[in-house]
Amino acid sequence: MSTKALLQTRQLSCIRNDRTLFERLDLSLDAGEMLVVEGPNGCGKTSLLRILTGLRLADSGAVLWRGEAIDRLAGDYYEQVAYIGHHDGIKHELSCLENLRLARAMGIPTSTDLDDVLERVNLYAYGDSEVGSMSAGQKRRLALARLLATESLLWILDEPFTSLDRASMALFADLFEQQLQRGGLIVVTSHHEIDLPRQSVKRLNLGQAA
Amino acid sequence: MSGRLSLVQAFVFLLRRDLLLALRNRAEYAVPLLFFVLVITLFPLALGALPELLARIAPGIIWVAALLASMLSLDSIFRSDFDDGSLEQILLSAHPVAVLVLAKVCAHWLVTGLPLLITSPLLAGMLGVASDALPTLLLTILLGTPVLSLIGAIGVALTVGLRKGGIILSLLVLPLYVPVLIFAASAVENAAQGLDISAQIYMLLAFLFLSLSLSPWATAAALRMSAS
Repeated sequence: MSTKALLQTRQLSCIRNDRTLFERLDLSLDAGEMLVVEGPNGCGKTSLLRILTGLRLADSGAVLWRGEAIDRLAGDYYEQVAYIGHHDGIKHELSCLENLRLARAMGIPTSTDLDDVLERVNLYAYGDSEVGSMSAGQKRRLALARLLATESLLWILDEPFTSLDRASMALFADLFEQQLQRGGLIVVTSHHEIDLPRQSVKRLNLGQAA
Repeated sequence: MSGRLSLVQAFVFLLRRDLLLALRNRAEYAVPLLFFVLVITLFPLALGALPELLARIAPGIIWVAALLASMLSLDSIFRSDFDDGSLEQILLSAHPVAVLVLAKVCAHWLVTGLPLLITSPLLAGMLGVASDALPTLLLTILLGTPVLSLIGAIGVALTVGLRKGGIILSLLVLPLYVPVLIFAASAVENAAQGLDISAQIYMLLAFLFLSLSLSPWATAAALRMSAS
């Protein structure tokens, strides 16, 4: 390894239903950088993200974190990662605060008070209400609030802006910028344009790569 | 690395969260218990006025009903977590997944196995089980039902990703339940006849510790497969 980027992939391939989604993919992402994965539906964006989290195994190749394979690091990698997929991963029978407390218990808690976390995603008034009664956009915001509740260096986000309104999207663009400024990494797929300083954003178009 | 909860804290936290969820979904978790009680109350009605026959087959009836009730409740261990994405978050937790799985199975047993244990003296009395055999019956249920939950968790973890996993789940899990059923029912029968039961109880204990030490790892591995 010549340069030690935080997150690297080596010769990553993914085959789904006998179709090669991507082959020999080499990526590297360093502190303060964001990778935007683009491409048409079904081109393997979600598969790539799930491989990066370790939820899905690559058909060949490896994902490296600080130069070590993530399946060896296991818990030491996962405490650095926050993943938000298509499903919000929140319990509808629990309140917002209960959900965030659970998220904290599973990772490294930040020092921020949970009320402040909710305040930052404009859900302060909903702290004790059951999630089941909230709108889709509010649930999505609560899912994204998990990013602030735990101390994660790497954010992996699959279509984070689904069902968010314009104001909320701007809010999260701000949070992204803060994450990059404090040296965090973001891997994101989105059909929405994200307003961020250009120099730190890498783009990967899977549709062309294939 | 400060701030990460200790393993015990994380275990207790997930256990409490699952119990809280069960409390808020009371109706769903009452179904297996209701099934258990209903099946057992139907037997005296169907068999007619034959108290001796009933008392003789009572341990078997209670155990078969407990086994089916336990199977009925299995799907709820991971189903809702799988559907709403919580399972992914658990798999991506900083803690060993096997320990978290064990917390979920413990919560599941407390919600579905423990009520069976509590109601069975009543039902045993109703079926006329000899009072000598009652402590043994309770002991076998106490040792046996956690084994059912632990084994069942592996089956659920394997099938939770399938659209119609219900039938496969029963086919997978039922053969593994049979040894528990055989030894438990045999222990109660021996106790009713005043014979020694230690062999059967040791076997049940062996099943319990074997499944307690192996099942969480197998379940965690199966969950990873189902989630990918």
